[in-house]
Amino acid sequence: MDDHHQRDAEFSLPALKAGDKAEFARLVDAYSGPIYRLTLKILGEPQDAEDALQETFLKAYRALPAFEGRSSLSTWLYRIAANESFMTLRRRKPEAVSVDEAQPTADGEQEPIQIVDWCCLPEDELLSTEARQHLDQAVGRLTLALRTVFVLRDIEGLSVRETAEALNVSEAAVKTRLLRARLSLREQLSAYYAERMAATSLSAAERTS
Amino acid sequence: MSEEHRHEQCRQLLGSLSDYVDGDLADEVCLEIERHMSGCDRCRIVVDTLRKTVELYHTAAAETPAAPSDVRQRLFFTLDLGEYLDQRT
Repeated sequence: MDDHHQRDAEFSLPALKAGDKAEFARLVDAYSGPIYRLTLKILGEPQDAEDALQETFLKAYRALPAFEGRSSLSTWLYRIAANESFMTLRRRKPEAVSVDEAQPTADGEQEPIQIVDWCCLPEDELLSTEARQHLDQAVGRLTLALRTVFVLRDIEGLSVRETAEALNVSEAAVKTRLLRARLSLREQLSAYYAERMAATSLSAAERTS
Repeated sequence: MSEEHRHEQCRQLLGSLSDYVDGDLADEVCLEIERHMSGCDRCRIVVDTLRKTVELYHTAAAETPAAPSDVRQRLFFTLDLGEYLDQRT
C-alpha cells in the first residue's frame, strides 16, 4: 500500500544504515506497535510476542547496514517479525507449524453455511467487549497460514503485494488465503451474531408482552 | 433462469468475493455481480456480512492500543535506546 512507502520516506535510510541510534529509535517508535500486534496475533501469548518483538528489532538493527531497499522498510520489518514468530512456534509446537497451506482444490471454496443478515445490529453490539473477544478467538482458530495473511492484509493494511513479499509467497497464494480466512471468519462471526440477534429480538418481545 | 444456472453463478461469485469487496474488479464484472445479487438474497447476505466482517476487524484494530507502554519501554531498554524513550509519547 502506498502509505507504507510514504511512511518509509519519513526515515533517513543512510542514517539507519550507518547505525544512527536516534533515527533507529524513531523507526522503533513507529513500528513497534504494529509489529507487536502481528507477533501477538501469530503467537497468542504476550510473553512470546514480546520476545519476538525484541528479537525482530535486534535483528533489524544488525541487518540494516546490508538493507538494499528492494521492499519497503515496513515490509522488511514484518518479514523479520513473521519469521521470528514462526521460529518460536516451531520450537513450541513443531507439528503445528505449516506455513504452506494446501493449494486451492478443484471444488473451489467452502460454500457459505451461515446465511443471516446481522449487519443491522447496532455498532455497540457488534463491537461490545464480548464481541471483540469473539473476533480475537475467531482469528485464533484460523490456521497459521491463513491467520498470518489476514493479519498483515486486513489488520495491518498491507497490500496484497506487500503481504506476498513479507511472507515470501506468491500474490495468488495471498489472495487465496485471504479469501479463505475472510470466509471462515464470516462463518464464525455469523454464528455468534445470529445468536445475539435472536437474544435481542427475544428480549424485545419480552418487553412488549 | 434455471436453479442450476443460478447456483453456478453463486459458486463463481464466491471465488471473486475478496476482490469484489476490496474494489479490485473491473466495472463490468461488478455490474454482473450486482445484477446477480439483486435476484439472490443468499449471495447479497454473504457479500454484506463478509464486507462487515472485514470492516469490524479494521475498526477494532484501529481502536486497540498497539503495544502496552511497559512492552514498549522494555523494548527500548533491550535495544539500548533508553535515552530516547522520554522524547516519545
